[in-house]
Amino acid sequence: MLKVEEQQPVAFSSVFLANFDEIVKRYPAGKQKSALLPILHLVQAEFGWTSVPAMDKVAEYLMIEPIEVYEVASFYSMYFLQPKGKYVLEVCRTGPCCLVGAEKIMSHIEGKLGVKEGEVTADGLFSWRGVECLAACGYAPVLQIGPDYTFYENLTEQSVDELIDNLKNKQDLRQ
Amino acid sequence: MSRKLLLEHINVPGINTLEVYRQKGGYRAVEKAIKTLTPDEVVEEVKKSGLRGRGGAGFPTGMKWSFLAKPEGVARYLVCNADESEPGTFKDRYLMTNIPHALIEGMIVSSFALGANTSYIYVRGEMMPQIRILEKAIAEAKAAGFLGKNILGSGYDLELYVQPGGGAYICGEETALLESLEGKRGNPRIKPPFPAIAGLYGCPTVVNNVESIAAVVPIINDGGDEYAKIGIGRSTGTKLISASGNLVKPGVYEIELGLPVEEFIYSDEYCGGIANGKRLKATVAGGSSVPILPANLSLKYANGEPRLMSYESLAEGGFATGTMLGSGGFIAFDEDQCIVRNTWNFARFYHHESCGQCSPCREGTGWLEKVLHRLEYGHGKMSDIDLLVDVAKKIEGNTICPLGDAAAWPVASAIKHFRDEFEWHVKEPRKSQDGNYGIANYAVPIEKVVVAEV
Repeated sequence: MLKVEEQQPVAFSSVFLANFDEIVKRYPAGKQKSALLPILHLVQAEFGWTSVPAMDKVAEYLMIEPIEVYEVASFYSMYFLQPKGKYVLEVCRTGPCCLVGAEKIMSHIEGKLGVKEGEVTADGLFSWRGVECLAACGYAPVLQIGPDYTFYENLTEQSVDELIDNLKNKQDLRQ
Repeated sequence: MSRKLLLEHINVPGINTLEVYRQKGGYRAVEKAIKTLTPDEVVEEVKKSGLRGRGGAGFPTGMKWSFLAKPEGVARYLVCNADESEPGTFKDRYLMTNIPHALIEGMIVSSFALGANTSYIYVRGEMMPQIRILEKAIAEAKAAGFLGKNILGSGYDLELYVQPGGGAYICGEETALLESLEGKRGNPRIKPPFPAIAGLYGCPTVVNNVESIAAVVPIINDGGDEYAKIGIGRSTGTKLISASGNLVKPGVYEIELGLPVEEFIYSDEYCGGIANGKRLKATVAGGSSVPILPANLSLKYANGEPRLMSYESLAEGGFATGTMLGSGGFIAFDEDQCIVRNTWNFARFYHHESCGQCSPCREGTGWLEKVLHRLEYGHGKMSDIDLLVDVAKKIEGNTICPLGDAAAWPVASAIKHFRDEFEWHVKEPRKSQDGNYGIANYAVPIEKVVVAEV
């Protein structure tokens, strides 16, 4: 899972570290390890995934052992330990969503993007995966896209097509 | 129309802002508690209300509060459990999105009652939009003097922070949540000691669900006795029900506890019946962890009496013919749904979410998933059905936390009530791939048993 040769060195800017300082202030003195989960979210939002060099930097900052960061990052499902597409479509695949067609939506996304679950499209833009219950069962089927975790509800094949096309167009406009 | 205590103003434009929330009577409970009541009096009101934990366990909130140890010179903490992840449950998301100040107000009153000067709201990481909403609401409340130093001139200080999780169902278990808040893997702790004695950072801690904390606001405003008048028996007050699955109007509803299940499913005030003109096959009444019931037992007891939405009534008949209110995640299955497939889906969920600490759960959930998978895909044997029952029994009660039970119950109950559908998958492996077993006799109305007069 953690292939060291793929890992690029990272640097944290002073502005980025100032955000860390703000988070650490929420906890009593000496309990800075509590900031680990929120800080890993910031790291992933910044770099797109959670690499070993980034985790090592976080460990250094929080004055904890690197293994304490690795064991947390590998326990929780939101931290990507491998690079992913720029947009990761995470489709809920748990019971209530499946009662109203989540499985069809997933196979539609697979066809539309042309990549299997967990893979990245050739242009580097998209990945998709099934995730467990997103607590939005009344608006099923649903998917979310990080790093701000915007929700898309009551999905149909058509609305998924539009979503993917819009994200592609947004990308074209930026270039 | 039933009384609304939490969602009364849900449709008022701008109710997510402090200004409009105040106009609708918001923060009265903070003023009343801090200016006119002692912390112990607040606890007393919550005890009188009969409020029971809304996260799933249903333990009396006031009693939980009264267990909190109060050693001199040691910090105490209130932690709100907003790690909503139980399949079928989405009420806390709804509340936090639409009326964030109801939670903030409840947190201030509850923290005051418990003597906590720092409190945390642990929100599941996927709810980043809700985290932003809560942070904004906290900033507004602080600017208005309801948070921070010397609240309303009382000398009481409180800082409130939002903590994101990392994506793990297990962190909804309170000791796993505390581990996670300390920056560790979400492995539940062995109890005792309970969090009331040694919780966050080893200090006395109370962990309460979002809805429980929000319910403290109307309890303080109107008094615990008034709250206890709503509902039925020991199921007092109102409850948010998350309705999903094959319903005409899925969504979040606030009900008075004691509403008949039949009315909840079929009346236009609530779910409006089963979608697409189909018939009801089964329900899961309280989130995926509670036993599934066929349609007939969902609506009535085995003796024909109507079943109500309350802690006691849903549990009537024990696990033989009853279920649990749980978190209020109500999932309806129509006649086209396959119970075997759904049971496999839930088993996969628990396998994925098992923290791996206890062998019976770590290994057992994997067995359940694999055996159900082969049954669903037409490779099962008749003996697999009893194997599943056996594995479920060996997980149940043999783990540190209730996740093991939560994984075992849906499987055990599905086989108890839908055994013929499991057998059909073994006998007709091809047919079960192309079609489905249908509604069979699961919706046959239960006749009321008339006891002859002696």
